[in-house]
Amino acid sequence: MKKPTALFSLLSIMFFLLSGCGSDDATKIRIGLIAELTGDMPAVGASCKNAAEMAVKEINAAGGFQFGENKYAVELIVEDNAGKADQSVSAAQKLITQKKVVAIVGPNASRYAIPASEIAETNKVVLITPWSTAPKTTLDSKTGAPKSYVFRSCFIDPFQGQVLAKFALNNLKLNRAAVLYDVASEYNKGIAEIFKEVFEKNGGKVVAFETYTTNDKDFSSQLTKIKKATPQFIFLPNYYSEVPLQIQQAKRLGINVPFLGSDSWGSEELLKLCGKDCDGFYFSTHYAVDASTEVTKRFIQNYTKAFGATPDDVAALTYDSFGLLWQALNTAGVKDRQALRDALAKIPKYEGVTGTMQFQEGSGDPIKSAVILKIKDGKFTWFANAKP
Amino acid sequence: MTYILQQILNALQLGSIYALIALGYTMVYGILTMINFAHGDLFMVGAFFCFLIAVYLQLPFLPTLMLTMFGVACLGVLIERMAYKPLRAAPRVSAIITALGVGLFLENFTLALSPYPKNIPPLLADKTWMIGSVTISSLQIIIIALSVSLMLILDFIVQRTKAGMAMRAISWDKTIVPLMGVPVNKIISLTFAIGTGLGGAAGMMYGLAYPVIDPYMGIMVGWKAFISAVVGGIGNVRGAMIGGFILGTVEILVAAFFPSTYRDFVAFTLLLILLIFRPYGILGRPSPQKV
Repeated sequence: MKKPTALFSLLSIMFFLLSGCGSDDATKIRIGLIAELTGDMPAVGASCKNAAEMAVKEINAAGGFQFGENKYAVELIVEDNAGKADQSVSAAQKLITQKKVVAIVGPNASRYAIPASEIAETNKVVLITPWSTAPKTTLDSKTGAPKSYVFRSCFIDPFQGQVLAKFALNNLKLNRAAVLYDVASEYNKGIAEIFKEVFEKNGGKVVAFETYTTNDKDFSSQLTKIKKATPQFIFLPNYYSEVPLQIQQAKRLGINVPFLGSDSWGSEELLKLCGKDCDGFYFSTHYAVDASTEVTKRFIQNYTKAFGATPDDVAALTYDSFGLLWQALNTAGVKDRQALRDALAKIPKYEGVTGTMQFQEGSGDPIKSAVILKIKDGKFTWFANAKP
Repeated sequence: MTYILQQILNALQLGSIYALIALGYTMVYGILTMINFAHGDLFMVGAFFCFLIAVYLQLPFLPTLMLTMFGVACLGVLIERMAYKPLRAAPRVSAIITALGVGLFLENFTLALSPYPKNIPPLLADKTWMIGSVTISSLQIIIIALSVSLMLILDFIVQRTKAGMAMRAISWDKTIVPLMGVPVNKIISLTFAIGTGLGGAAGMMYGLAYPVIDPYMGIMVGWKAFISAVVGGIGNVRGAMIGGFILGTVEILVAAFFPSTYRDFVAFTLLLILLIFRPYGILGRPSPQKV
């Protein structure tokens, strides 16, 4: 038993020595990006990659970073997670151990961000997820305490669930809700449960609470059940590729009530897939294209010029994730994983595309506000603001 | 009462699509004793053909259906000739692994062309009628009617025509039948053409009923149709039809009367129990193994 162990350790030492030399690490700051380029939400991955490339190009055009004597350019390394949890984990591992990145941005969906964040946390590398709103992403799975190295640039589900429940009760004056959600997906499940809790606590009634599993296309059974319960509106905290099917099937079954959604609706793809069927419905999201500040306007203008499409919320949040990184790197003043983490956690205030944010004491969740959008004539339009 | 009627209607729609796909599995198994695991992905290709024809050629419903079935049937025959025929004498396992490989190829090929989910434009005017308080959509009627008529045509071909007789004969005995002057290769190709053509038709109807299509849509549906074929008795054409309707009904009714979270769990437990008592499926017969 002794011999192989010795041989193994010798080999691994050699491996580390060999892999450590021969690269131009000295002049580069490497940032990893894990995006859903293929799989069930490629539109999310594409927006994320576009915004990331734009952010990196801008910082390099501005001269990169100057830490003392040393000048650094930023190198972006993009990994596809193929819309799978296991590939998100291996991508994170590859970026940390082989590519030696100082920080990772992504994955976006909570069901991929949670497993990837575990890897980042154990390896003590900063991971900022732009779009993962599930609380678990930034919390330790064993102790429930906040993770030290995992951050996000979006608000979290409890906040979003609260905003939507109160919006339905106070603004729309509807108090009989039905919910249909994907029970196999962290994000959908979390937001549905919080919505139900807050909605019922504030005097509403959830008359149907139905589920399905990822990749289902037929919702007729659940929707027939919902129809029988006669709700005043239906809440669908599901992804943009499924929502059109759910709304169309509901209409075919003769359900004519408004629908309410969460930030997973906020992709241009929804409008393409849904057509007129989604007109007049509401969802909560991170920013509104038509009600924006100077920073936002400049971002929208540049993005549209570069990629020929209006940036969706994923693009905006990815851009903000990089913005947070740049600010933290400048504060840290060294190329070091630990120093970057400490600077990021202490950011006093960051003016981003999706609003002002700062991290809560000892947590990776920012304090920021949400907006409610209405789908009108095939466009997302601003409807209301919701402050934390 | 209307609630149950509505759910039964939902079950018929889902069941007829499962049945159509299950036919492809069962026909290929019947004639080659091989499970064509690429069938679910051929079903997906059918939906994408329909999308391409509807968007770029803008043909009406019937020509689109014909072209889709024809296109997928050609692809099916091509796959049989290129991938399965050379392996006919090889162990069954090689053929099954090849089928899985073909399925992965079709998925990733479609993925490489475009990973985005596509929206099939409505080819039929979507009307809904209220009978009492049961809602029926024109799409539902067309899907059920078309699947049932395709199945009746197939049943006629298999039971009443010369080609059908040859198919049944080959599935019975592959060594003696060629000596009687039956062109085995042609019949096998015909079987593949019909089986995959039906899969293509199912893909198109599925795409019309659930108009967001993506390269992975065939996996789960393919498995469920395979299970339908096994439940009905794999190798038996009528069994596949019955199996499809059973699975559709069980899935819908379980979600209708239990919390929908338990749907797959309860549905597949029921099917497992069924297989304990009828291990060869509802219409299947045990095939004696010669030593």
